[in-house]
Amino acid sequence: MYQYDDFDRAFLAERNAQFRAQVERRLDGSLTEDEFKPLRLMNGVYLQLHAYMLRVAIPYGTLSADQMRVLAELAERWDKGYGHFTTRQNIQYNWPKLRDIPDMLDRLGDVGMHAIQTSGNTIRNVTADHFAGAAADEIVDPRPYAELLRQWSTDHPEFQFLPRKFKIAVTGSPNDRAVTKAHDIGLVAKERDGEIGFEVLVGGGLGRTPMVGKTLREFLPVADLLPYCEAIVGVYNRLGRRDNKYKARIKITVHETGIEEIRNLVEARFAELRPLFDGSDMNALRRIEAQFAPPAFRTSSQLPERLDPALQAWIDTSVTAHKRADHAIVTISVKAHGATPGDASAEQMRLMADLAERYAYGELRISHEQNVILPHVRRADLPAIYAALNKAGLGTANVGLASDIIACPGMDYCALATARSIPVAQGIATALEAIERDIGALKIKISGCINACGHHHVGHIGILGLDRAGVENYQITLGGDGTETMAVGERAGPGFAYDQIVPAVERLVRAYLDLRTDPSETFLAAYRRLGAAPFKAALYPDEEAAHAA
Amino acid sequence: MSRRPFTPKVVTANLLVEGDVVYLSADDRWVPALRDAEIQEDEAIAEARLLDASSQSDTVVGVYLAEVKHGPDGPEPVHFREAFRASGPTNYPHGKAHEAQ
Repeated sequence: MYQYDDFDRAFLAERNAQFRAQVERRLDGSLTEDEFKPLRLMNGVYLQLHAYMLRVAIPYGTLSADQMRVLAELAERWDKGYGHFTTRQNIQYNWPKLRDIPDMLDRLGDVGMHAIQTSGNTIRNVTADHFAGAAADEIVDPRPYAELLRQWSTDHPEFQFLPRKFKIAVTGSPNDRAVTKAHDIGLVAKERDGEIGFEVLVGGGLGRTPMVGKTLREFLPVADLLPYCEAIVGVYNRLGRRDNKYKARIKITVHETGIEEIRNLVEARFAELRPLFDGSDMNALRRIEAQFAPPAFRTSSQLPERLDPALQAWIDTSVTAHKRADHAIVTISVKAHGATPGDASAEQMRLMADLAERYAYGELRISHEQNVILPHVRRADLPAIYAALNKAGLGTANVGLASDIIACPGMDYCALATARSIPVAQGIATALEAIERDIGALKIKISGCINACGHHHVGHIGILGLDRAGVENYQITLGGDGTETMAVGERAGPGFAYDQIVPAVERLVRAYLDLRTDPSETFLAAYRRLGAAPFKAALYPDEEAAHAA
Repeated sequence: MSRRPFTPKVVTANLLVEGDVVYLSADDRWVPALRDAEIQEDEAIAEARLLDASSQSDTVVGVYLAEVKHGPDGPEPVHFREAFRASGPTNYPHGKAHEAQ
């Protein structure tokens, strides 16, 4: 893992001292709220519905056990005893007091963490495949490149006031678990003639106008990564619309300008910038790569063939193939049925840190699906890990199933929300618990407003909460896909009232069970084979009856 | 063109330091419970109260007028957003309403 050096520590200490002084000046009246607001946002501090919210970056989702313990400490000392893992591999604290936030940031700084650029029109936390460095299907560990991009983009003087926020995701695997096609820049590692490079996607995004990222370069050599990204963001900074915030993201710039013209502009700017990069960035990359060396793996025996059924059920859902046959990747579900997706208590965070230290070489990851990963686990240790997790309410065997729902904070916390998300997720998870193993792989994603933090556009079943004439109303989209075969879900029809959305999803899922050819045909595969009609019929039975009459 | 008639409002904001949701009472205090808020029936007075409240930037942030209706125990929210602001998150018992118990 990347270790902060003296420069990083000095930079962060200075930045935190600046913010402490800014808070003091706000509290003594030297700064107005209008003056203070952009300063607090630059440091990840929002004012939400009920309280301030502090959003802490977890760069490319990678955490050490010590860092996780500090996240737990923040939850306990300065919040209400829990934190919320988000769809951008961040953690949010929902209840900090303004006066306490400088102390929270200092404590984060002790373990090389911060909240810089988790808000504002800047390059946000660079995200990556949550199985990075461990996945069996990986071409290369994407985290060194993500770290290089993090260092380049943090406090980049040219990119502090972009037309709108800017998100970059990196994957080192052809199986895209980082939703790269829904990012402003998506980087997909490729190998060509023994050389590693990236397919560069641009202009993807969700929100009000969902778009699938377009290929800007088929293969970008690693040595060109920073100048090429700088060229993209520079072109966007110049062309991006500042007259209308709803048209300000790069996806609109690409759409309005055309991918060919954007490519010409980026290549021209890249030609200017390339000579300015003298190789020191690649020297930095080599130093970073050395810090991401794999742990000293210990060998492991395999598990016996016959296991306790509960353990087997957990292994079936929570364990993914590791690049070493005697190791496994464990996804810890932070989605107990009926609980808030992504919320972990301080005690649970500490337990996960302890397990990481004891069984996973001290490493953890946070997924954009709001779960926690132990990336390197000896297979022989799986029973002990499951037993410990289960005792702490973290042993739910539902990863990848219907109750493993992404949900944004929605109107239970968020000032921008137009409806609640979390209680809908809780209701669906509870309603489908008994049949979810029969249902199999299903991604349900819920957003509480059109900004789509809950990624509803790429849910197999997507749910969007809206305010319709002062009443919560939920639209369903079908057939979305956030992987390398990304597709934006199609709206099924009229929305459902709050008390009708869970039964509607239940009807949809039961219809799928009747429609599938056999249990190996997933919901998404059945939808792609059959189209929307039979699913709409299940959602709107009254309409169907009226047509039949 | 006829203007939409003025409907009852309360002045609401968040506390500067704590961030908590508060309401302006008739005796010029910021109170945590919506039922203790002063209902504004007159548009001009409501605007004046809003202006006065907005000047208290050393105490509160994000001041605005929220629509309410009369209830047996005082003002009640009209829009669901204000209902959640008044009572806290609904996903599990924590926050304002829970702590008031």
